[in-house]
Amino acid sequence: MDIRVDTVRKEFSHYPALNDVSLEVKSSELIALLGPSGSGKTTLLRLIAGLEMPTAGRIFFGDEDASSKTVQERNVGFVFQAYALFRNMTVLDNISFGLKVRPRATRPPKAEIRRRAMELLDLVQLSGLEKRFPQQLSGGQRQRVALARALAIEPRVLLLDEPFGALDAQVRKELRKWLREIHDRTGHTTVFVTHDQEEALELADRLVVMSQGKIEQVGTPDDVYDRPNSPFVFSFIGESSSLPVTVENHELWVGGRAIGLPAPNDAVGEASLFFRPHDVELVEDGVGAALAGVVVASRRVGGTRRVELEIGGLPERVEIDLPFDHPAGEKTRIAFRPKRWRVFPKQA
Amino acid sequence: MAGAPRGASGKSSHPARAGWSFVKPSVIPGFGLTFGYTILYLSLIVLIPIAGLFLKAATTPLEQIIRIATSPRTLKALEVSFGSSLIAALVNVVFGIIVAWVLVRYKFPGRRLLDAIVDLPFALPTAVAGIALSTLYAPKGWVGSLFSDKGALWQWWHGQTWLPFGLSEFSLNWKIAYTPTGIVIALIFIGLPFVVRTVQPVLEEFEQELEEAAATLGANRWQTITSVILPRLTPALLTGFALAFARAVGEYGSVIFIAGNLPNISEIAPVLIVIKLEEFDQAGAAVIAGIMLIIAFVMLLVINLIQAWARRRFGNV
Repeated sequence: MDIRVDTVRKEFSHYPALNDVSLEVKSSELIALLGPSGSGKTTLLRLIAGLEMPTAGRIFFGDEDASSKTVQERNVGFVFQAYALFRNMTVLDNISFGLKVRPRATRPPKAEIRRRAMELLDLVQLSGLEKRFPQQLSGGQRQRVALARALAIEPRVLLLDEPFGALDAQVRKELRKWLREIHDRTGHTTVFVTHDQEEALELADRLVVMSQGKIEQVGTPDDVYDRPNSPFVFSFIGESSSLPVTVENHELWVGGRAIGLPAPNDAVGEASLFFRPHDVELVEDGVGAALAGVVVASRRVGGTRRVELEIGGLPERVEIDLPFDHPAGEKTRIAFRPKRWRVFPKQA
Repeated sequence: MAGAPRGASGKSSHPARAGWSFVKPSVIPGFGLTFGYTILYLSLIVLIPIAGLFLKAATTPLEQIIRIATSPRTLKALEVSFGSSLIAALVNVVFGIIVAWVLVRYKFPGRRLLDAIVDLPFALPTAVAGIALSTLYAPKGWVGSLFSDKGALWQWWHGQTWLPFGLSEFSLNWKIAYTPTGIVIALIFIGLPFVVRTVQPVLEEFEQELEEAAATLGANRWQTITSVILPRLTPALLTGFALAFARAVGEYGSVIFIAGNLPNISEIAPVLIVIKLEEFDQAGAAVIAGIMLIIAFVMLLVINLIQAWARRRFGNV
């Protein structure tokens, strides 16, 4: 089931949480809504679910206009960050709840409900725990139950609101892989919200990067990571360094010196240069145009050494990665050129 | 760390050193002091008066105890007392949930005022409540007249031409004040705050996500309320029920005005006790009081056990 969000606006007491957002989710796609808190990603998810009603705009499930339908009618599977399991029910009762509350005409017989719940329990690898109460499970297990419960109603779309947010790093990584597997097996159109870019990049077919109630960029992890279309996306996804530059004569200039990078287009004037700290090549100082700076701080990050450079007396500092055995110390002068970079004109 | 959890007396032994100790070792000091106070207060205010009561009852010959306990008037008074308290507490459970629900879930002008009004039965002298209620529910009172013979409801009923013959002849004459119905009304009044005040905080802390989860799974409002919300309220409801019930069993002031106190009809056990006392039959009074205490204690104990079970079952609330 594909989802189409058509210029949806949502205001909470006149404060816009979403500003004319449009989005298309393809059938069987696993898509991540990514953004800082307050970017409207959870609001968008809740609008798709029908837990909120849009102030303006429409939402389509396939060709059908779902905007005026209630949550119950939309038939969506929703997984909450804090699990939202029913504490007064066993794991099995939690999973079969969605089938048991169906009107008599569409409700499967008892044995069938049980069979399906057990099957799902098996799918989420919790067989044998059907008689437990949620309080007797670990966080990761609870979230699996929540997912099984959402899948039990054979939802048209699966929506997850920061599903791994309350779990510790180890469990989070495991569940991430496992969610991908389940998705590939069941083929549900899945939208999940996260503020963890690593999670989004690893898990999703496509990413929707949001900021301040707007969609900044939609694309595959490669698109978003390698070709960010705005300074926000560049600095939000992955590590980034930025530096104010001047564009003139089809070249970039810093502090009156050309740095050996061609301008991307004909625009001239003030701009910002963005690049990844690990995506640089060191050059010998004084040989050709490059960015040169003095090391003011250095720290070990995993297999590399991250150094902070002061470029030509500018107040801004940039970070680049050096091999961990690079002899650079404080005050060492280093020259480098970004291998890949983006230039964004200075915003007015 | 030596002597850190010393009791107030200064000579209590270090709990960790003792092989067996009365209290489980704890790093929180002051067990001796607080436990001592608890026992002293309970003794002075609750235990000694009750023990005196049972002593008094025990001095009465067994035969006489049995005679008093099994006399029709005593049995009827106990039945009226516990019966109406039970009904009133049950009504309050339903009522209390609705009132608490309104106070917690909706924002409307006057909400704070309504919230304060709920506590009025606590503060109002019960005699005042009794007189007000009996005036209202007496056959000539505002509400009482509606239900009385040839009252407004009777008029309405007989104006219904669609009713089959026979039903329209049904004579509505529901006397409220000066009957057991009146007693129940007074007991509902004094017990309402207990249920509201115990349910309200639980409802306030209820995670909205649970309701949303139920909705996404296709449950309608009624299914959500009965299978998700009410089970979570159960422990609090039981507490409120127990409190309202206990309060109703002991109520005297408001009931005597509305009950009419007719022996074998609308006489509650506390009234019978006072009557016995006025007849200088202290033994009789003590026996009835003792029976009341035992029944009430057993009922509260049972409710407590159910509560403990519910807490385990539905999670601690």
